[in-house]
Amino acid sequence: MARVDIEIERCKGCALCVDACPEQVLEIGNEINLGGYQHVVVVNPDNCIGCCRCAEMCPDVALAVWR
Amino acid sequence: MKQVFKRPESMTAKPFHFCPGCHHGIVHRLVAEALDHFSLREKTIGVASVGCSVFLYDYFAVDVIEAPHGRAAAVATGTKRVLNDKIVFTYQGDGDLAAIGTAEVIHAANRGDNITIIFVNNSIYGMTGGQMAPTTLLGQRTTTSPYGRDCNRDGYPIKMTEMLAALEGPSLVSRVAVNTPGNVKKARKVIRQAFQMQVEGKGFSFVEVLSTCPTNWGMTPQAANDRIAEEMIPYFPLGTLKQKDVIDVL
Repeated sequence: MARVDIEIERCKGCALCVDACPEQVLEIGNEINLGGYQHVVVVNPDNCIGCCRCAEMCPDVALAVWR
Repeated sequence: MKQVFKRPESMTAKPFHFCPGCHHGIVHRLVAEALDHFSLREKTIGVASVGCSVFLYDYFAVDVIEAPHGRAAAVATGTKRVLNDKIVFTYQGDGDLAAIGTAEVIHAANRGDNITIIFVNNSIYGMTGGQMAPTTLLGQRTTTSPYGRDCNRDGYPIKMTEMLAALEGPSLVSRVAVNTPGNVKKARKVIRQAFQMQVEGKGFSFVEVLSTCPTNWGMTPQAANDRIAEEMIPYFPLGTLKQKDVIDVL
C-alpha cells in the first residue's frame, strides 16, 4: 500500500507530476484553488506504488508520499 | 506506512512565487535536502542573487544575505573568510552569474575559496521579461532577439562550467539537469557532493543546473522539459568535468 498526499494550495497545475507518474494515479482536476490554478487530484489511489517520481518532479513541493 | 517523501526541514512552508512548471522549485528543494542530509541548517549562510532567485530568504530556513547584482560569489568569499566555521552557498541565475557576475565567479573559482555555488541556467533573463542572456542558445527567440540569436551579431552561448573547469582552483565543477525524475536523482547526488566538499574543507564547488523558463520560452511545462533534452543538453553536456580528491586550500 502506498499513498500520495497533495497540498492543494501549493499546487500550480503544471502537470509535471501527471507526466512523471507511471501508474496514472494523478490528473489535473476541475476544482480551482486559492491561487486560481486547476490543481492536481488523485484519481486512481489504489494504483499508487510509492515510487516518488511525482514528488521528485513537483516544482512546488506540494506532494508527500507514504509507503 | 512510513512517509518516504516530504518537504525538507531547511525549507519554510511559504509557497513559491515561481511560475507553474519552473525548475527553480526543484533546485531549491535539492539544496534544502542537501543541507538536511548533513544537518547544516543551523550553520549555513545563503547568498542570494538578483533574478527570480532573489526571494531565497523567504524559502530557506537559514540566514540569507542579499548580494548586489552579480556579486554573490564575492559576498560569499568575504562571508566565508570572516566566518569560516559556517557553510556558505550562493544561488545564482545565468543573467547574474554569467553576465554581470562573470568576473566575481571566475576569481572566486580561481582562488579556490571554500564555498558552494549553485548556478541555475535557463538560457534567458527570467525575471526581467525574457531578454537574451549570455547563455541563450543560437536561434532562440527572446524579447531582445526576436529573430533568434545570431552568432555574427550576438556571439555564442557561454559555457560557464567548461570555462571554470579549465582553471586550477575549483575542486568540483559539474553540470546537471532536473527535467526527468532520473536526472533529479543525479542532480541530488551532485549537489550533496558539492556541500560535502565544503564540509570537508576541500574547496570551491560549482554545480550548474539546466532549468526551464516555460513563461519566457512561451512553452508548456512539458514542452519546456522536452526542450532541455532536445536542445540544451546537446549544447550544454551533462556530467562532472572536474573533481579534485587531494586538495590544498586556504
